[in-house]
Amino acid sequence: MTTAAPILPLVLDRLSFAVRGKNLLHEVSLTLEPGRRTVILGPNGAGKSLLLRLAHGLLQPTGGRVVWAAADRLGHRPRHALLFQRPVLLRRSARANVIHALALAGHGYRERRKRADSTLAKFGLTGLAERQATVLSGGEQQLLALARAAAQEPEVLFLDEPTAALDPAATAEIEAMLDNLHADRVRIVMTTHDLGQARRMADEIAFMHRGRLIEATPAADFFSRPVSPEARAFIEGKLLW
Amino acid sequence: MESSGPFGLALQLIWQADPALVEIVVLSLRVTGTALLIAAAIGLPLGAVLGIARFWGRGAIIVVWSALMGLPPVVAGLVVYLLLSRSGPLGGLGLLFTPTAMIIAQTALILPIVVSLTRQVVEDLWQRYADQLRSLGSSSWRAVPTLLWDGRLTLVTVLLAGFGRASAEVGAVLIVGGNIAGHTRTMTTAIALETSRGALALALALGIILLALTLVLNALAHLASRLDRSHIG
Repeated sequence: MTTAAPILPLVLDRLSFAVRGKNLLHEVSLTLEPGRRTVILGPNGAGKSLLLRLAHGLLQPTGGRVVWAAADRLGHRPRHALLFQRPVLLRRSARANVIHALALAGHGYRERRKRADSTLAKFGLTGLAERQATVLSGGEQQLLALARAAAQEPEVLFLDEPTAALDPAATAEIEAMLDNLHADRVRIVMTTHDLGQARRMADEIAFMHRGRLIEATPAADFFSRPVSPEARAFIEGKLLW
Repeated sequence: MESSGPFGLALQLIWQADPALVEIVVLSLRVTGTALLIAAAIGLPLGAVLGIARFWGRGAIIVVWSALMGLPPVVAGLVVYLLLSRSGPLGGLGLLFTPTAMIIAQTALILPIVVSLTRQVVEDLWQRYADQLRSLGSSSWRAVPTLLWDGRLTLVTVLLAGFGRASAEVGAVLIVGGNIAGHTRTMTTAIALETSRGALALALALGIILLALTLVLNALAHLASRLDRSHIG
């Protein structure tokens, strides 16, 4: 972990995003404090993935600001990472994928090999290290993508529906790894539309619908006393669109 | 050994590794191989940058490079000839009717193929990888070697296509090389000359070697394509 000034809290200040005049995100404000696990919950099209991309810097907001408490890069190393729903792996071995990420983060030749091997071991992927990454199973690919992100030692890890395409066994494996990362003080921010996963993984819930943040509360409160009718309907399993 | 006509004589020339035949084949491979290396060194990064970068006029540049893929070899030869001729801007270098002039002409023929097809390969990969690579901290420029490496098997096919075009062409090397025996005579120019002289044995021998070369290139391209599809690399 870095000794640099902490990058949290992250303040998303009235974030908006519009494409050709159509507002996809409406003045979303959210503060992410350290230490918790935030689940951004909502139906498809709520703007969850968009919010993550804006926070991670892959997109620039058309309104509002993303404010980190300190510089979100240390030299070449990004201090936050994003795991996509469908992992995008390079056409090389599992180990080479991790090494590539570490090279981008500015680690030296020996250091990145050492770190890659220890990260793969930590994620139970040593046996697959020399296998072509793109021929691994869906669960193994997502686990490798998570290992690759973790190898860069991010302080904040954004996850965009990381288990949406996985079976229960692979989902359990990813969630266990996320618990480990959380225990290692990595700030977890993930999106999902799976209520079960939200109950298992969330310390706090940010519920979104149609590009708006409807409510942001501790998870226990959200599930026991949802404030908004939209959240109540979503928890009750009613169809929202 | 008695021959049974031009075809038998041609096989005999190949079997005995006739010095004149070997000299022509070696020169041809040296010229085309060097042209391919130069075209790859320029065309792969240039094509990759065109695949990634977004700037005003990019579309027009892509169209021009694509159009140049259909450049008639004789026109390429003529342009290089004008550049290298005594009164041309590069006439002082004295390169006309040398293997170097033939390498320049063949590079001009291969380069548009390498640039255009590399651009397409890299652009497709970039669409798939851009968010992930940016997320990992890669700049667009830093992504160029990553994308070239990931597209390597498809790009091998691109280079083989370029090699095939250059090794089979006759017009450009004839104009700028002059088909001088022992100096600038390649397989294709020798075939044209020997056929016109009625010396069919050498022409056939060279034709057989050229066909074999084409077959090997296509087999390699097919293999690269299959490897690419199976994601082994």
